[in-house]
Amino acid sequence: MARVLVGVKRVIDYAVKIRVKPDKSGVVTDGVKHSMNPFDEIAIEEAVRLKEKKLASEIIAVSCGPTQSQEVIRTALAMGADKGIHVEVSGKDYETLQPIHVSKILAKIAQNEKVDMVIVGKQAIDDDSNQTAQMTAAVLDWPQATFASKVEKGDKEITVTREVDGGLETIKCKLPVVISADLRLNEPRYATLPNIMKAKKKPIAKVTPKDLGVDVSPRITVVSVEDPPVREPGVILPDVDALVAKLKEGGHV
Amino acid sequence: MAFLKTVCTTSTTLGRRALSVSCVRSTTHQNGYNFELNDTQKEYQAVARKFAREEIAPVAAHYDKANEFPHEIVKKAWTLGLNNLSIPKHCGGLEEKVFNFCLILEELSWGCTGISNAISSSGLGQSPVILAGTKEQQKKYLGRLVEEPLLTAYCVTEPGTGSDVNGVKTRAKKKGSFFGFSIFLFFDFSIFRCFNFNFPIFILFNFTISKYFDFSYNFSIFIPKENVLLGEGAGFKIAMGAFDKTRPPVACAATGIAQRCLDEATKYSLERKTFGVPIAHHQAIAFILADMAIGVETARLAWMKAAWEADNGIRNSYSASIAKSYAADVANKSASDAVQVFGGAGFNSEYPVEKLMRDAKIYHIYEGTTQIQKLVVSRSVIDSTKSVA
Repeated sequence: MARVLVGVKRVIDYAVKIRVKPDKSGVVTDGVKHSMNPFDEIAIEEAVRLKEKKLASEIIAVSCGPTQSQEVIRTALAMGADKGIHVEVSGKDYETLQPIHVSKILAKIAQNEKVDMVIVGKQAIDDDSNQTAQMTAAVLDWPQATFASKVEKGDKEITVTREVDGGLETIKCKLPVVISADLRLNEPRYATLPNIMKAKKKPIAKVTPKDLGVDVSPRITVVSVEDPPVREPGVILPDVDALVAKLKEGGHV
Repeated sequence: MAFLKTVCTTSTTLGRRALSVSCVRSTTHQNGYNFELNDTQKEYQAVARKFAREEIAPVAAHYDKANEFPHEIVKKAWTLGLNNLSIPKHCGGLEEKVFNFCLILEELSWGCTGISNAISSSGLGQSPVILAGTKEQQKKYLGRLVEEPLLTAYCVTEPGTGSDVNGVKTRAKKKGSFFGFSIFLFFDFSIFRCFNFNFPIFILFNFTISKYFDFSYNFSIFIPKENVLLGEGAGFKIAMGAFDKTRPPVACAATGIAQRCLDEATKYSLERKTFGVPIAHHQAIAFILADMAIGVETARLAWMKAAWEADNGIRNSYSASIAKSYAADVANKSASDAVQVFGGAGFNSEYPVEKLMRDAKIYHIYEGTTQIQKLVVSRSVIDSTKSVA
């Protein structure tokens, strides 16, 4: 049975209207509702289903961030993870934390905990990077199955159906492997009330990037964060010729 | 006006709730009062909120029109543990306190009070057994509810009983080690109140009917003596004791309706335009929304206090009656105002608010009519004044 590591990220809730800070340095996060990245919920759900099918033995949920990240770890525990690891990254370091850092952290933890599978959401809804799964696999030199919409586990390998631009691609990977969960992989369960109570007794270990030997010094500087441009009104044209002329004018054709 | 605009444009309820909760947080509450939920309560609230919005609200209109019992939803709620919150731990339940039960129920009632009643009314049938049952009685009957999605009902033996609880006519006769009496109707497993001046309470089960209160049976039943709660004559005390725990949930359900009315009305008022602007910008509508919000906030505080008192072993009849009568008024007024904000559309069953108006009315009536609540409150006021004089 496989040991599974699931990465969960605390992001601004998807239903919240994002506002840019007046000084353009970032997005307003104070007092704003946060929750688990929806793709990470799908990742945890997949891990829990594997455990229910007796294909996984233990699920470890990891989150990198400030103290509040423990809330999403608790949610993961309430959904069925066995233990949590909180990698404490706060303040300035957290603002410039990038997938390159997170992937090294996840890789180190995967090695320390001797896991067979790492499952993460395909991307976070705040930065939309879509890099962590791929980089983690590269650091570990493990195969990667990204955009997974179906996962079947055999004894020492998995068969994954991936959603790609051209349609669906089915691949086989040997364990250990990194998987990134796409939208249609499963429908995450509600945390049941008894499980919320049980989750309080499950352990959450706390570590720092330094303990893991990972350097989280910034590789980027944020120059400015702005709203997308306001949508321009459309123009009604009399016929196709006028349309072609306008397109040529605008350099679109 | 500009401030009101900002308040109106934080569109989600979540945003609005955040406004009311994002006060100064202090870990040591030197002021004895505490208006903050703890982490577990926030998690419970989040699950119930999600369930209400994703499972209950979308199907509420369907069950309303079809007049069907929402078996599917009740089963789903059971898998989340929402139905059997009060069942003691030794029977496998969560043994949750009244406050947490109310917190969850308010969120579910936001979705639909018909359905939230279906989910939570099982609690009413359970409460005499939880209050007065022996450990064996509790294990035997409540344990079954935890194992399977069964329902309980709290039934009265005759249609004429209402506010006049003691005026019941049914008699129970002892026949050997059984009690026999005539009954009217019940389903799945029922706790009976058989009123008499001696006032025994029975547990009885295994009769099923297919639809809600559609037909009545009139025949005799025999109940084994070991199913009596506490003993002969204890029924009135148990029934009244149960009310102190069951009135706050009724108040919180009414608050749930009021919150839903506020949310629907606000959303609509920002979409519907008249005279070139969304109607929320007209002061008349804005003031209606403000009145609704004032009602919701204060009704919530009222049930929270009543529930807190129940959990801390403080006699809460006074607060519970205040909470229930006030929340019922708020719910009814908010529902009526919501229909008003929607205008002609509000009267139409294609929009959700007319249902809220129908649903709100019961809160003036059941679990003690508003008039009975006022009797309780006025007696309490007069007694406390007399005792000081």
